[in-house]
Parts: sequence; C-alpha cells; structure tokens
Amino acid sequence: MSETTRELTCIGCPLGCSITVTMNGTDVVSVTGNTCPRGDAYARKEVTNPTRIVTSTVRVEGGISPMVNVKTASDIPKAKIFECASALKNVVVTAPVKIGDVVVSNVAGTGVDVVAAKNIVAK
Amino acid sequence: MNTYDLVIVGGGPAGLAAAASAKDHGIDSILIIERDKELGGILNQCIHNGFGLHTFKEELTGPEYASRFIDMVLDRGIEYKLNTMVMDISADKKVTAMNREDGMFEVQAKAVILAMGCRERSRGALNIPGYRPAGIYSAGTAQRLVNMEGYMPGKEVVILGSGDIGLIMARRMTLEGAKVKVVAELMPYSGGLKRNIVQCLNDFDIPLKLSHTVVDIEGKNRVEAVTIAEVGSDRKPIPGTEERYTCDTLLLSCGLIPENELSKSAGVALNPVTSGPVVNDSLETNIDGIFACGNVLHVHDLVDYVSQEASAAGKNAANYIKNGKEKDAKIVEILPVDGVRYTVPKYIRPTEMDDTLTVRFRVGAVYKNCAIATYFDDQLISKRKRPVMAPGEMEQVILDKKKLGEYPDLSKITIKIEEA
Repeated sequence: MSETTRELTCIGCPLGCSITVTMNGTDVVSVTGNTCPRGDAYARKEVTNPTRIVTSTVRVEGGISPMVNVKTASDIPKAKIFECASALKNVVVTAPVKIGDVVVSNVAGTGVDVVAAKNIVAK
Repeated sequence: MNTYDLVIVGGGPAGLAAAASAKDHGIDSILIIERDKELGGILNQCIHNGFGLHTFKEELTGPEYASRFIDMVLDRGIEYKLNTMVMDISADKKVTAMNREDGMFEVQAKAVILAMGCRERSRGALNIPGYRPAGIYSAGTAQRLVNMEGYMPGKEVVILGSGDIGLIMARRMTLEGAKVKVVAELMPYSGGLKRNIVQCLNDFDIPLKLSHTVVDIEGKNRVEAVTIAEVGSDRKPIPGTEERYTCDTLLLSCGLIPENELSKSAGVALNPVTSGPVVNDSLETNIDGIFACGNVLHVHDLVDYVSQEASAAGKNAANYIKNGKEKDAKIVEILPVDGVRYTVPKYIRPTEMDDTLTVRFRVGAVYKNCAIATYFDDQLISKRKRPVMAPGEMEQVILDKKKLGEYPDLSKITIKIEEA
C-alpha cells in the first residue's frame, strides 16, 4: 500500500506545532514536526480515532429558561458530530431538568448518552 | 437604608467565588447583586466544554462550572438579588440599585467587590464602513440568542475577528445548520486558542483569513453581502484584494472591554491598557474598601484564573472588613516593559501581601523562545524560559514575600520579555 501524509496543528499548547503524519493505509508510519511527546500522542489519536465531546442545546417546556444545554457524556467519533447534532434537533424535555439527566441515550449509535449540563427549575 | 458588610456587584464566576471566599473568611453579611434572571453570568451561555481543567481536573461546560460555584453560594446561605441593576456606587460605598420588586433602593456596605465582567467591542467602536442593516451581531449576542433564547440569528454567516467567542460560534452556528463562510482576522495571528482553531474551524473546513478585515457591508434592511480585503502591515486594506461574500449575518468577535461605568462613578482609577481598575496586591482599587476581580479587572482567558483571583479578592475584602487597612505600608510599583503590556496588580505592599502573590499580565506580540525576566530595581531576580508567548494567552510571575523582605529599600519591580 502506498504512503500518504496528513498535516495537523497540535492543540496541546499555544506553540501549535505543525505536525506531519505519514500513514500506510490506517497504520501510522511516522510523526514529525512535534516538539514534545504530547504532540506525538495527539497526532496518532487524531489520524486513527479522532473524537470530540459534542455540546448543544434542546428545548425545555415549563422551565424558567426555554433552552437547556446538553453534552455527550464522553467523547464520540468526530465523524458522528453532525448525526449527533441532528438527533438533538426536535428533542424537547420537561422541567425540572438536573445536570446529568439523560436527554438522548445511545446517540447516533455511539453507545454514548447525551446528558443535560445545566439545572433548569420549573416555572 | 439596609447595611451589609460586603456588597458584590455581579453574580458571575467572579462574584460567586468572591462571595464564597468572603464567607469562608468570616463575613456573614454579604449581598450579591445580579442583573440577569439567574446567577452564573456569562458562563450560562458558554455551553461548550473545557472549563475547569485547573480547578476541578475535568472538562465542564460553562453552566456546569457555574453550578459548582452557585451551589457553594447557596450552601453558605449567601444572600443575593436577581433582576437587579446597580445604578451607582459612591466612594463611601453606598450602592444604589433597582429592580421591579423594590424599586430604587440603597445599601450601605463596609466593602464592595466589583465583579461586573466585560462586554464586547461593538461595531461602532470598530468603525466598519457600509450600511447599518439588521443581521450584524456581536458573537456573544449570537451566542446568547442560540444557546439561551433558542433563536438562530441567520443562515449564512461571515465572522470578523478570531477571538474565542467567534470561533466557538462558528462551530455552534454550523452545528445548528448555518453555513459559516469565512472568519476574517485583522491581525497576522489569531486571538483565539489553538484548540478552538482546530476544533471549531478546521473540523468544519471553515477558512480563517489572517490579515483581513471587513471593508463593506451591503444591504439596507438585512445584511446581503460582506466584502473583506487583505490588510498590509499598516493594517490598512490593500486595494485589489477585495472578496465579496453573500451572507445574511455578520458576527463580530473583536475583543472584550471591562465594564467599568460603575467603577468610574465611585472614583476608581482605571488602567488605560486594561480598561480595568488599577489595584494593589489585595486587589483593592485606589478607593479604600473597593476591590475588583474577574473580567472587570482585566479580561481573562480561563475562568479558573477568574475564580482564583476572585477568591483572593473575597478573602482580602474580609480582612479589610475585620481589621481595617494598614495606612502607612510601603508601596512598590510593578513596571511592565519590553513586551509586557500591563500587570495585575500594579502595586504591591511587601509587608502586607500574602506569602506568594501571582502577578498576571499579557504580552503585546507573539514571542518565540524568549524568557520572562523579573527585576528588583536593577537586579535580575528570576528568568523563566517560555517557548512561545502570545497576546491571547495570559502569563504570570509569582512574587515571594520572603524574597521581597530581603530588599527593604526596593523602589520598583520590573517585569519584561528578554531573549532566552
């Protein structure tokens, strides 16, 4: 299989190293451009299994606020971000809402729940 | 007139941490005055995660971080008033405020902590030419509309300024179905964190154009298009580089300014660099018993540092209320030079300060492989290497009381950027 390269900006610190990752298929051949081990670890994760915490909002009925903010309880694959966002589009919860309440379980088939991230008391 | 030992103006992260700390240091008579309908301040609209890594060793969303401090205030039974706007603070610490229940009222405090936060630089302050249609928002206004009110400000978006709120809103609007066409930044570097450039722009293929600014806004009733152009090293647009983007929304993320109208009415002296109060080691302003902390003092990048600073202000205000103030303490000025734009605090009292004191500041440009040097008069005391420093990241120096005690004739402290 032929080798390909990916250019990344490290997010580990303000230095923001430009990192080049050489790949053979899905295998990492080399990581260059980083100045510390954190850069190496970040680059390997980013090219093989990039994940993100997704945060958004859903509507609340009967609360002091019309919206409650929510988040994935842990990080989910980067490729699932939009699917996660659209799964939350028409969700409505009822006040009171407590931090940690499950709003959508197993979002976008990731095995991860979306949970409330704010307390909303009932009106 | 009601009297309190301590009145705290603002119930955001600074006011909450200051209140909890003052209570823990023996002050029972505390009133927090908050203009919004709930405690938590700007954190309530910052729904992204990444807050509290230093304080709680986990990545919280803004409202989660706020709730930890709200709980501290509630657990301590600290009094607060919501939907209440402070109209005036006098130099003798009389606070005038109003709300719908009480009307206009006055409270007399022994000490006041200013914790009003900051606001965004507006279009007027930016002098952007063009029409004045609907569809132009500060990034924070858009953030509040989307995250708290549940409204989308527009569908096709151009963002001017690469401050963190602008970057965060680029991702947020994208996830809500808008098309963010470009982020233009006047400076040759971004004002935002690297992490936000990668996770808010690169993840969604949103282009960031450095050294670019808005030169025209079209549309009479609603924004129809925005033209950006490259700027030269004089930050003036270069003719012939214009690019026109059709859009219905322009977000401005061009810096934050501490909100100090009330401070001014109390006679508090402001630093023109930070637009925040000039304070000493106890975070006290030039007015006895008026303290300041958080973004009203200087704009922070991390709320963790706001909480730390506010806890110190709460403790210091408590000491002031209990013990008064040592009037004859020697005062030493901290001079920011050679790339250091300002320091907070600006003055220290070597005999009164805590055992260690964190001095925070920002640099004026991007520095690579340089060092932060601290001088007591002309003698180099410490030199700390920094691989990179940028205006968007706050730096710090820690002063040691014992070390300062070795220099009884000290007249000034200088903090500067030097070659490593």
